[in-house]
Amino acid sequence: MLRLPVVRHVAPTSLDEVIELLAGDGAMLAAGGTDLVPNLKRRQYPEAKTIVSLRRVAGLDGVSVADGGTIRIGALTTVARLATDDAVPEALREAAGAVASPQLRNRGTVGGNLCVDTRCHWLNVPDTWRQAAEPCLKAGGEMCWVAPAKKICWAVSSSDLAPAMIALDASVRLVGPDGERTAPVGELYRDDGLVHLAKAPNEILVEVIVPAPQGRRAGYRKLRRRGSIDFPILGVAASFRLEDGRVNDPRLVLGAVASSPVRVTAAEELLAGRPLTDALIAEAAELAGKSVRPMSNTDLTSRYRKRMVPVFVRRLLEDLAAD
Amino acid sequence: MRIDPHHGVVGRAAPRTDALAQAAGGLVYVDDLSYPGMLHGSILRSPHAHARIVSMDVSAAAELDGVHAVLTGADLPVAYGLLPVAQDEHALAVDKVRQVGDAVAAVAADDPDIAQRAIELIDVVYEPLPVIATMDDAVEVADEPIHGDGPRDNRHREVSLDFGDVEAGFGRADHLREDVFFYQGNNHAALEPHGAVALVEDDGRLRLWSATQVPHYLHRIVAKVLEVPEHRIRVTANPTGGGFGAKTDVFAHELVAAKLALVTGRPVKIVLTREEVFYAHRGRHPVLMWIKTGFTADGEITAMWFKTYVDGGAYGSYGPASLLYTGQLQTTTYRIPAYRFQGVRFFTNKPACGPKRGHGTPQPRFGLEVHLDRAADDLGLDPVTIRERNLVRPFSTTVNHLRITSCGLAECIDRVVEASDFHAKRRNLPSGRGVGLAVGAYMSGAGLPIYFNDMPQSEVLLKVDRGGLVTVYSMAADCGQGSTTMLATVVGEALGLEPSDLAVITADTDLTPIDLGSYSSRVTFMAGNAALEAAMRLADLILTAVADELELDTDDVTLGRGVVVAGDRRVPWVEAVRMAEARWGLLTAAGSYKPPKDIRGDYKGAGVGPSPAYSYSACVAQVDCDPETGFVGVDKIWLAHDIGRAINPLLVRGQIEGSVHMALGETLMEEQAFRGALHDGPSLLDYKIPTALEMPPVESILVESIDPEGPFGAKEVGQGPLLPVMPAVANAVHDALGIRVDEVPLRPDKVLAALRDLERGGEGRFGPTELPPYEFRRPLPVDPPPELR
Amino acid sequence: MVGSRRYDGSTIGRSTLEPVTLHVNGIERRLFVASHRTLLETLREDLGLTGTKHGCELGECGACTVLVDGVPILSCLALTLDADDAEIVTIEGVGSVGNPHPLQRSFADHGAAQCGYCTPAMVLTAKALLDRVPHPSDADITEAIAGNMCRCTGYLPIVRAIAAVAAGEAP
Repeated sequence: MLRLPVVRHVAPTSLDEVIELLAGDGAMLAAGGTDLVPNLKRRQYPEAKTIVSLRRVAGLDGVSVADGGTIRIGALTTVARLATDDAVPEALREAAGAVASPQLRNRGTVGGNLCVDTRCHWLNVPDTWRQAAEPCLKAGGEMCWVAPAKKICWAVSSSDLAPAMIALDASVRLVGPDGERTAPVGELYRDDGLVHLAKAPNEILVEVIVPAPQGRRAGYRKLRRRGSIDFPILGVAASFRLEDGRVNDPRLVLGAVASSPVRVTAAEELLAGRPLTDALIAEAAELAGKSVRPMSNTDLTSRYRKRMVPVFVRRLLEDLAAD
Repeated sequence: MRIDPHHGVVGRAAPRTDALAQAAGGLVYVDDLSYPGMLHGSILRSPHAHARIVSMDVSAAAELDGVHAVLTGADLPVAYGLLPVAQDEHALAVDKVRQVGDAVAAVAADDPDIAQRAIELIDVVYEPLPVIATMDDAVEVADEPIHGDGPRDNRHREVSLDFGDVEAGFGRADHLREDVFFYQGNNHAALEPHGAVALVEDDGRLRLWSATQVPHYLHRIVAKVLEVPEHRIRVTANPTGGGFGAKTDVFAHELVAAKLALVTGRPVKIVLTREEVFYAHRGRHPVLMWIKTGFTADGEITAMWFKTYVDGGAYGSYGPASLLYTGQLQTTTYRIPAYRFQGVRFFTNKPACGPKRGHGTPQPRFGLEVHLDRAADDLGLDPVTIRERNLVRPFSTTVNHLRITSCGLAECIDRVVEASDFHAKRRNLPSGRGVGLAVGAYMSGAGLPIYFNDMPQSEVLLKVDRGGLVTVYSMAADCGQGSTTMLATVVGEALGLEPSDLAVITADTDLTPIDLGSYSSRVTFMAGNAALEAAMRLADLILTAVADELELDTDDVTLGRGVVVAGDRRVPWVEAVRMAEARWGLLTAAGSYKPPKDIRGDYKGAGVGPSPAYSYSACVAQVDCDPETGFVGVDKIWLAHDIGRAINPLLVRGQIEGSVHMALGETLMEEQAFRGALHDGPSLLDYKIPTALEMPPVESILVESIDPEGPFGAKEVGQGPLLPVMPAVANAVHDALGIRVDEVPLRPDKVLAALRDLERGGEGRFGPTELPPYEFRRPLPVDPPPELR
Repeated sequence: MVGSRRYDGSTIGRSTLEPVTLHVNGIERRLFVASHRTLLETLREDLGLTGTKHGCELGECGACTVLVDGVPILSCLALTLDADDAEIVTIEGVGSVGNPHPLQRSFADHGAAQCGYCTPAMVLTAKALLDRVPHPSDADITEAIAGNMCRCTGYLPIVRAIAAVAAGEAP
């Protein structure tokens, strides 16, 4: 039997209380709990003392569309709702529908998926296993077993929603002890497997704001072994507008190739302002492939995953070109 | 014979007898048991792959409030092992640990939280020893071998046999072909984790419930290790949440739960975590193999030499048998006039391997069927022809002295080839798509028991009460395969009763007569025959009594559906059994089954492979490969299986479809791989069981060869249909892309590597080339049977 | 020589019990549970509803699926306290041997269970699907059960069993 470590559970009804509790020693924020609970059961967070549940705070779920077409998505909106809500842009629905399994989408939340902890096959393993290996950097050890040369944690950003959100220019609204702020989704992340979120621990992601698509073509493609359950081992999101046959304002974002989502600006610059020909797509895809270096820390080999980057980018751009 | 059942019970597609209880969540699995005062056990497991235990301090755990007992290796010092020749395990490690996950100490506590905390308080000091992680390591002489005293290598068992003149066979061949294959290990991943509950009964006897496929073997080993006489122990196998061989060994947690119950006097439950299940393992052995075959120009096999290198993990388990299975059944599908088999099993510091569905035969079957496909290409033959040229003949003897009886393999091939339109599709589908063919055979029960004895392998007792209820008693454990339903069906057919009119009591060592267990696909054939014999005897008692009572000649009395037809009278069943009870007293009948003795040779190793009957399967796979990603999609599987006779076609089809699922998992994604001696991912997230989305349609074709010795002609179906699927997919991938991935699983990265090899002018192959530097001893010559001399 | 190096942090210490009200299969259940208790543990061990199974306890296999407010979720990842006031349906609330739900009857008739261990979760997942989409395609059914592992059947008879109920073929 695999039990949770003994932790307290508090479920306040106001954001202020949540923020205050999160300042406490060993406080862990939970929404759906689908990331936190298995990590806790695997004893990945020895410091955990209290689960602070966001579930009782009212007003944090739901999808609404403002007059200008701006889409506001509450952080507690389930991934399943995001996958099926007609008000949500198709690229986001694709990404949401590709998350984990139906049951996990029913419980997991938009905010939780955006903040999902980085993953590594030296870390997200059961407790006896982790004792059998020397603890890695993220498990409190001295070095990263994926790339022992440097004292850097390479754990993988494993959110399906993040690349799609970034490709759609979405922002997050964060509330913390010093008030609230809004930031582009891309700025939520740091390329550091240890501390992957650029926010204070007691800052809470409360809402995602997606600008009106205004003719933007966008999509998300995911590489994984099975059609369900698995985390991405590569995610590709892209968006652009086609104006007079030319690419306008392109976004190309890769997931699960680093500790944060990676925006491929070189490929975006290449695409911008040019007709979306097969040759251009191929060139952009190659550029994307060269821009990242997946590590051997999740399913399948790093070499294989790197080889798949141009394939997945090209296929997505071709699909979007044909839309 | 006067009793000739024809009641239509056998052959009818009917639900399992417990199907509604399953769907209502009412089946009681071992973790569903709960007893007043029950304690929860937990096991401390080794974080070292190979280490000496220098010291252990359990005092902090023992003193923890709520802890009732702490056990260490000293408390359970008796070594055990499932095979008499492999007594190399301890319930809790004594002196040293040999794999990550070896059980080191155990506690019983008031609740699982306390048990977990107590485990964390046990302090063990280890002295790490050099780790033997691979077969190449195991070949070397080690100062500290995994078992026994050094210096010596880590070889466990070796076999080296020559049947007929292999060199002469190669000498008369027109074509010789050699291939090397690797088949990665994999886990059963039964959905229910292993578990056990033990308590001491009011009369002082030990009671043990377990999720086991082998209550009888568990019974013997608990008695041995706990040093309690067998008659003071009662073992019950609960309905098992999937077996596939995972629960055919005896495990630390079963022995520890029993010991903790004796020590505390309280009921104790231990249920493993999924991580522990991966360490307990006993799954498919990784096998590296080399095959050399001689062929005549028209594809006839002249001789075959098969070498297997088997990575056994840390313990013997079923290994000596597993090793022999990697060589013994090749001859059951093809006539091989001269055959050399050399195999070696090594110990490594990884979870011990054992039997998984197909036990030791899927690996060589994969190699053999792909090897044959390539030989067909060499010779300009099609894959059907080369197989048909060499098909084993029904009612013949193989070069390694296996007795073949009914064999529907030719029909199986015809049926899948026709149903799949194989000839039209092969080499003609668009690029990326292809079809492949392969065949297989499996035993309907191992010919010999695990421990030597001359007693029956299966016994069934029937008892009839005055209300007409027939109760069937059998130790056969239902691990999902439907053995309980099979027993009710066989007895029902024999007596003209509906399966639902019967009660079946199973898998309890106090209540039921011997059945050796649910392994080697033995239950339908063996327990079925024992049940049929018992039912025939019971029918005889009833018919004789009715004939006497009605003063009729016994020839004028027969069984109908729920009645005894006596001349022109129809005596209701209840009335008939009352006449019989009046005539004979308590109405019981027993039946036994023991395989015939003439089904095997008498060389060392001849005990593994013989079976009273072999099932046969043929498979066509159609694949759709993505040459850019290397993903292999399976469009459809056609699978024809010679079942002998389908006692229940619904359950037979279920076994075929389930076998295809498990086979595709191991073909494409499942692997028990390691980083050094560390499991690559002991979880159901990292270990990739296909989901519903990966499952293709399956066209199941039942071929009924009516085996002369099977119950109503039946043979096995639980394991055989898995065997041809892996090579059929590999052969289809070759048809689709022109490449050969000579490894299982055919991961996408390997497919791409083979494609790259092809682009660069190579033969388009990914696979092993080197064999471990191991010299086999000179083969022991065995004379072929007279018909092959 | 190396000493044991094990996690010995947060499992030390006992938790207090907290009150919670669950509505399980239509019955209100007021309990006190430890704050780290999962819904799986509460259903099986505190309420004796052992029809809910577990195969991994980490949200990977789907065997512990129950319906919370009509939606299939994994009870091994849900904290009991988070289910306060929720409507929970377990397999025991769907039907019984004596009075089976059409899905349960259909699973039995189609051989959709072999070992039976994934079956309660499959039936509940199917029920939630049919409650939401009365006439799903085979692809819809396959998608809906893609989070439920079955190791015995290859899923095909399960899809047939669900499709038969949707088509009104089941009794």
